[in-house]
Amino acid sequence: MGCVEVLLRAAPWLVTVLLLAPVALGVGLTLLPAFGYLPVLGGDSVSLDPWRQLLAMPGLGRSVSLSLLAGVLTPLLALAIVLMFLAGSSGTALERWLRRLVAPLLAVPHAAAAFGLAFLIAPAGLLSRLVSPGLTGSERPPDLLIVNDPWGLSMMLALVLKEVPFLLLMALAALPQCEPGPRVLLARSLGYRPAVAWVLTVLPALYPLLRLPVYAVIAYASATVDVAMILGPTLPATLSVSVLQWFSDPDLNLRFQAAAGAVLQLGVTALAMLLWRLLEALAAVAGRHWLAAGQRSRGEAVLRHAGRLGVVFLLALALGSLLALLLNSVAGFWRFPDALPGNWTLQTWSRALPEVLAPLGNTLLLAGAATLIAVSLCLAVLEAEGRQGRRLAPALWLLYLPLLVPQIAFLFGLIVATEFLRWTPDARLVLFVHLLFVLPYVFLSLSEAWRHLDPRWTQLATTLGASPWRRFWRIRLPLLLGPCLSAAAVGLAVSVGQYLATQLPGAGRVPTLTTEAVALAAGGNRGIIAVWALLQAAVPMLGFAMALLVPRLLWRHRLGMRSTP
Amino acid sequence: MNIASTLRVTHRLQLDDVRLCLQGRELLRLSAELTAGEILCVMGPSGSGKSSLLALLAGFLAPAFEASGRVLLDGRDVLPLPAEQRRIGLLFQDPLLFPHLSVGGNLRFALPAACSDKQTRIETALASIGLAGFAERDPATLSGGQKSRVALQRLLLSEPHAVLLDEPFSRLDTALRREVRALVFQTLQAAGLPSVLVTHDPEDAEAAGGRVVQL
Repeated sequence: MGCVEVLLRAAPWLVTVLLLAPVALGVGLTLLPAFGYLPVLGGDSVSLDPWRQLLAMPGLGRSVSLSLLAGVLTPLLALAIVLMFLAGSSGTALERWLRRLVAPLLAVPHAAAAFGLAFLIAPAGLLSRLVSPGLTGSERPPDLLIVNDPWGLSMMLALVLKEVPFLLLMALAALPQCEPGPRVLLARSLGYRPAVAWVLTVLPALYPLLRLPVYAVIAYASATVDVAMILGPTLPATLSVSVLQWFSDPDLNLRFQAAAGAVLQLGVTALAMLLWRLLEALAAVAGRHWLAAGQRSRGEAVLRHAGRLGVVFLLALALGSLLALLLNSVAGFWRFPDALPGNWTLQTWSRALPEVLAPLGNTLLLAGAATLIAVSLCLAVLEAEGRQGRRLAPALWLLYLPLLVPQIAFLFGLIVATEFLRWTPDARLVLFVHLLFVLPYVFLSLSEAWRHLDPRWTQLATTLGASPWRRFWRIRLPLLLGPCLSAAAVGLAVSVGQYLATQLPGAGRVPTLTTEAVALAAGGNRGIIAVWALLQAAVPMLGFAMALLVPRLLWRHRLGMRSTP
Repeated sequence: MNIASTLRVTHRLQLDDVRLCLQGRELLRLSAELTAGEILCVMGPSGSGKSSLLALLAGFLAPAFEASGRVLLDGRDVLPLPAEQRRIGLLFQDPLLFPHLSVGGNLRFALPAACSDKQTRIETALASIGLAGFAERDPATLSGGQKSRVALQRLLLSEPHAVLLDEPFSRLDTALRREVRALVFQTLQAAGLPSVLVTHDPEDAEAAGGRVVQL
């Protein structure tokens, strides 16, 4: 028991170090080779050569602009849709319905969503088939570069598609703290229309709670690798993809240039955040003017319709993408303007399945282990907090740290560190890196429910003579089984979706569903890609389904457990 | 109450110059001596420190409070002990039957680990409140009065040496309140448990029939 107690006390420290050290070390060790210092590769003096090489790359400016654009524009669009939707549709049937859809939509890995979108909107995609030849009058796919378009529009669309459910979930979780009901009611009694009332009274309280998630979205959007590899422009690619290409190049001298590129990526993400900060300030000024003007109904119609329209559009896009994946996975011969395949076949599935097994096993093992460790650590921190009666968890910004720094910027340095230590990259290293991303999400989704459990349950168990451990195992854990499983499902989904965090630390030798699916992108066999993308989406979905079903099954004779106590 | 009558030991609770302060301000100062079966009734407006007194006795006092004095249970000072070792039971406003356990599971949770005839004691306890055969039931399917009675039996099965009552009848409707109140007071007195009742209902104080402290 003594040993476990010590672990419990150490857990908050362990989590803090786990979140801080790899990021700090990673960024630090990316800076060294960026300035020419990497003795393993013969770089033993500080120089600006890597930067000269980098700046001489053709199309660098465009790469940087693309990353910056995606980093500011997609969060802006996603946040606008989410906020307008909440302003105009709070309490409607659509909102209640969407609440249930948010988690599974979020569970779909970025790569799977990107493939689905590609199959939907590509020149020969489902959408184009549906309107041809009826509307377009064309028997041939339009000669348009829709996917991999030079301005990254399709890539940005995929990012928005994934960012909206994330921000919506975060907003829905934070909303109760802002007491939207009474605030809107009060403003309405003063004559403000409902959506305007929401923007003027609820939003100022909500946004500060959304700020860190928004910055995480900026970091992801400005540095995404997998979505950019599937949908993004190619000549030149976005900055993060270029950096990965240089890093993976057989010519090891490109490593220095890649390191400089990774540091540049850090700067681009920071710049995107800075621009966002500016937008925040502008919005605050505009908001004050709006408030001072005292207009009761101006903007009501726009708020009411734009948000709903955006959400419905994205929902249709998501469902269409799923349909496109399903159709492609079972399509036999499929002539262009035909909306449906000429014949159906399960051949693609049966051909792909034997190759799927090993990556599927790796995926499940990595996701399962990372989630188990993350949930245990989070429970330890929360339990230690409960026993000592004060907050012990790392500060919120620290929890978000691995999500706020572009992955490529610190993973690069971590790989350098392992090379210094002469560790060969393997599955353990991949697991460790996955944990960095799984842990924050698990903690964020678990801590709220854990801290809000009615303290009387624990007090009651105590006065009945139960020891601290008995209170944990017999009371708190079963009462919070639902939130624990939901957090585990989130962790599972995060791990399954990792591309760069699997590819870099595994040196390509730990194939998962995600790395293999992304690798197939270049090949262009639509049926095979669809099978992999569907499997990739199915694993996290299954996780969420289990998180929903297991408590229902377990507590089927316990009415009181239907709503969380 | 056959369970209660088996507990022949009599217990004594002494509050020896107990003082509670919050940020240097004295909330309450209290000395009292309770013999077996006696109920001390503490009354006062909200914010007067009633709940803090219970928290102090039960062992859940928030660190912001400072307490001094001694609380002797059968001659032993319990304040230095962790809450689960004080043998002071607590009845809340709500019955708070653990929703994930069956009715029997709730009672079993309260029984000391060393106890050997758990099943028999659970069945006897249920029979004594007219709920024989209810062990497998989901607590959510019980009526309000039934829940209160199960909660009381759960308290007794944990073999406390003193009991705290935190406005335990305030959430019940008038008719049920009288019935449950009578049962609780009778049971505690029969079990010889010194009890501290916190309430703002004068009827509670009257029914308790013991000393009343106004805060």
